Amino acid sequence: MSSVGTVTPDVHHTSHEEDTGLWSWITTVDHKRIAIMYFVTATVFFFVGGFEALLIRIQLMNPEQNLISPELYNQLFTMHGTTMIFLVAMPMAVAFFNYVVPLQIGARDVAFPRLNALSYWIFLFGGIYLNASFFVGAAPNASWVGYATLTLPEFSPGRNVDFWFIGLSILGVASIVGGVNFITTIINMRAPGMKMMRMPLFTWMTLVTSFLLITAIPVIGVALVFLGFDRLFGTVFFNPAGGGDPVLWQHLFWIFGHPEVYILILPAFGVISDVIPAFSKKPLFGYPIVVYAGILIGFIGWGVWSHHMFTVGLGPIADSFFVAATMIIAIPTGVKIFNWIATMWGGSLQFTTAMLFCVGLVAVFTVGGLSGIMHASAPVNLQQHDSYFVVAHFHYVIVGGAMMGLWAGLYYWFPKVCGRYLDETLGKWHFWTTMIGFNLTFFPMHFSGLFGMPRRIFTYSADLNVDIYNQLSTVGAFIFGLSAIIMTWNLIRSWRSGEPAPANPWGAPHLEWSIPSPPHHYNFPGIPEVRSREPLWDPKERADIEAVTMAEPEREPIMPNPSWVPICLAAAITLAWALVMTGVWWIIILGMLPVLFFTFLWAFEPAFPEGH
Amino acid sequence: MKRSLPGVAGRALLLFLVPLLAACAEEYPQSTINPQSDFAAIIHSLYVSIFWWTMLILAVVWVALAWVLVKYRRKSENDQPKQIRGHLGLEIGWTVGPALIVVAIVIPTIQAVFATQRPISEDALLVEVTGHRFWWEFHYPEYGVTTANEIRLPVDRPVSLRLESADVIHSFWVPVLGGKRDLNPVPAVREGRDKKYNWLYFTPEVTGVFMGQCAEFCGESHALMAKRAIVETEAEFEAWIASWFASEGAAAPEPPEPADAEPGDALPEEVAEARPAGQDEDPRIAQGRELFMNSTCIACHAVQGTSAQGAIAPNLTLFGTRRTLASGIMENNEDNLVRWIIDPQGIKPAAAMPGVDYPGGNWPATNFSEEEVRAISAYLLSLK
Repeated sequence: MSSVGTVTPDVHHTSHEEDTGLWSWITTVDHKRIAIMYFVTATVFFFVGGFEALLIRIQLMNPEQNLISPELYNQLFTMHGTTMIFLVAMPMAVAFFNYVVPLQIGARDVAFPRLNALSYWIFLFGGIYLNASFFVGAAPNASWVGYATLTLPEFSPGRNVDFWFIGLSILGVASIVGGVNFITTIINMRAPGMKMMRMPLFTWMTLVTSFLLITAIPVIGVALVFLGFDRLFGTVFFNPAGGGDPVLWQHLFWIFGHPEVYILILPAFGVISDVIPAFSKKPLFGYPIVVYAGILIGFIGWGVWSHHMFTVGLGPIADSFFVAATMIIAIPTGVKIFNWIATMWGGSLQFTTAMLFCVGLVAVFTVGGLSGIMHASAPVNLQQHDSYFVVAHFHYVIVGGAMMGLWAGLYYWFPKVCGRYLDETLGKWHFWTTMIGFNLTFFPMHFSGLFGMPRRIFTYSADLNVDIYNQLSTVGAFIFGLSAIIMTWNLIRSWRSGEPAPANPWGAPHLEWSIPSPPHHYNFPGIPEVRSREPLWDPKERADIEAVTMAEPEREPIMPNPSWVPICLAAAITLAWALVMTGVWWIIILGMLPVLFFTFLWAFEPAFPEGH
Repeated sequence: MKRSLPGVAGRALLLFLVPLLAACAEEYPQSTINPQSDFAAIIHSLYVSIFWWTMLILAVVWVALAWVLVKYRRKSENDQPKQIRGHLGLEIGWTVGPALIVVAIVIPTIQAVFATQRPISEDALLVEVTGHRFWWEFHYPEYGVTTANEIRLPVDRPVSLRLESADVIHSFWVPVLGGKRDLNPVPAVREGRDKKYNWLYFTPEVTGVFMGQCAEFCGESHALMAKRAIVETEAEFEAWIASWFASEGAAAPEPPEPADAEPGDALPEEVAEARPAGQDEDPRIAQGRELFMNSTCIACHAVQGTSAQGAIAPNLTLFGTRRTLASGIMENNEDNLVRWIIDPQGIKPAAAMPGVDYPGGNWPATNFSEEEVRAISAYLLSLK
């Protein structure tokens, strides 16, 4: 396959005597299995959110249609946004953090394996809880941003918003726990010689994202608790009748919401910063600059939230500040794009599916970035805000950026995960249906927006004359839907009977490719020492590393015990939050007792086998 | 179009370019790129300049990318490209270059931010806009006039819109006249402090009827919260104001002073009783007036110069002159009005107005027959 990484195929490793039954998955604390569970769950939610999107597109295909009632439509678009962000894009990235980061830094697991399992189970239960609202006819219906005062009981008397604020609170716990885990792992568990400035970009961006998670999620946590008190206990944080301020909600939401955008996009930037060099046979151009640019984006990302609020009436001074801050963030983003192109420049480009998705990202994410510059200009924003132009913009950023990056990562790391390639022919079908479907869906939205079509509307007047753009979007959405089916078919088929892949199928430079595919459950028989940024591209260093990583260990390394406590604690946390909906203080307090109980069990449970 | 383009692709491209060129046409009544006020024009020229900057950046990125993809595709497995790790000059270049473009965008942006957020002139026409789920209230304190869903503005006179919401957040947006601004429920303040309102300032420059709609999600019928802005000549506007007070006939009072211009205060109730019916009036209109004035309708609706002085639903004075019904979502004609009165929620879910089977509470129940609804419609449409 490649000239650099020719290692004997090692597909069916014999020491892989792990239990594979259902119970072993429920109790697993292995980061690789947790990653797979994250990925599969996020993919299922991707289909749920995609199905919602198709219903939305059917309703909007023609003006003044009444196929879907306004109430159901409002539930669909609210849940589409909430699902795609909190149940698809974020956990999909976390799946990659989980699988790849310990392998890239030469660690046997994450720092807190049981916490890692807890994260996953909370995410799963939170996602199920949110979607269960459909079955009681009370799915959240106040949009994914949930602006007060619409969310206050006076205007949203049903349970819909309760499901939303409780669901997001549950999911937030999973994110914070995950963030703590990855920061600790990356700071403390690197192999000898793996200095910070030798870490692969994906690990770097995981680190930055994790800091954003643990700092941004608590802000929305606070906002959600305020909202919960307003809804259930009669406080007036956001109620103007009592002296509260609905604009406060918007500040809190977007102080979380804008770093959230970088939580979504930075992992994808990390992925393609690793994938592009691998398929260009060149190291990443301007490595330190790309790292600093990522950190800078994460940092400035904290100072731009009010560009979501230019129509709120904050006054010209605040508007000007947020215009400038927002424009500044375009600079490090542009620097990244130029560095990726420079990495490819003069290289030897191999257009595997993974590389195609990287190229696709650079091409279409740029469109989303540039439309972002348009509405970063506050006066222009006053026309584009809450119109389909913005819908086009953030889908170009999140699908064209975050999701494309993750799909690149999927094709890149899949051989590592199961020792088989994803089928390249199906992969190319996946890529091209994605590109055509995605652009056909979202590009016309720029025009429907410029011609005055607002977002979050279940129908629009025929007088707006935007039928043709909506029809194109609907056709595109179905092609895009088809691409998801092709991807899934490829995953299932290749998982079962794909072409076997060697340890380093792409001739890539990082540590994860120095171990067999799939890896041992303990990852590294011995921990290698790293001497450079691309350890496997230096023949001598590679030989030294593989002498350690491909060896049979005399004794299997001691790995943490499986545990059923994480799933129980996650269920207890979900239950405790769900009981908040009753609004009865003693039920809520009783509901917390199982959390306490399982936390104690957790504390007293031995993490490692006896004697270690 | 270049002829070399394949037919389908060519036509697809045309589809996107033609609307841009034809954006000024009336085909797009809610277009953001068809400015008809000073405010909209400032935004549009800013948009156009940023548009070309972004196109320049896009061209650079796409051309460089295309070049790389064609030039450096792998020729052989044994390619050994030069291992270049970076170049300081290039890094500085593509940091400073975009930074300069950013400055070129930020400066006019901030100028426009300040230019569009201050009152245009002392004698601007003040209109107090209140958002309700799901309709718009427009109050002209200068004249003591209140109307709904169709805001009337004289051409070339500066306008200050004072924006407030009675319930959830809405957003005032008539794209042809400029950008949107939220209608926030204004928090209560301590005695002696000023409430903080949002404002929009602009001068309409062309007469016409322009479409707009709520641009902040406000609940179930957010999509059905449209409006019209009717920009007319000064004379037409003055005539409209005059007819507002004369609408129900002889008893028109002088416009009150702006200071005590609360809706409902304008007129003592007895006036309504004193009013004579028109000379050759359709008997249905008289019947409709009778029904309207003796039902729950007047608990919420007002008609200038009558005993109907409800202030929580749209003011129906001059209702017959409105072009649209139910906040700009359908043509104002008798059939639509009958449908609306019989079953408002069937047309606009969660609308606050009860249908004809409303039991009434302490008020006379409605329970109108269709014939009676037609009479009420005839009456309302006669309010001109």
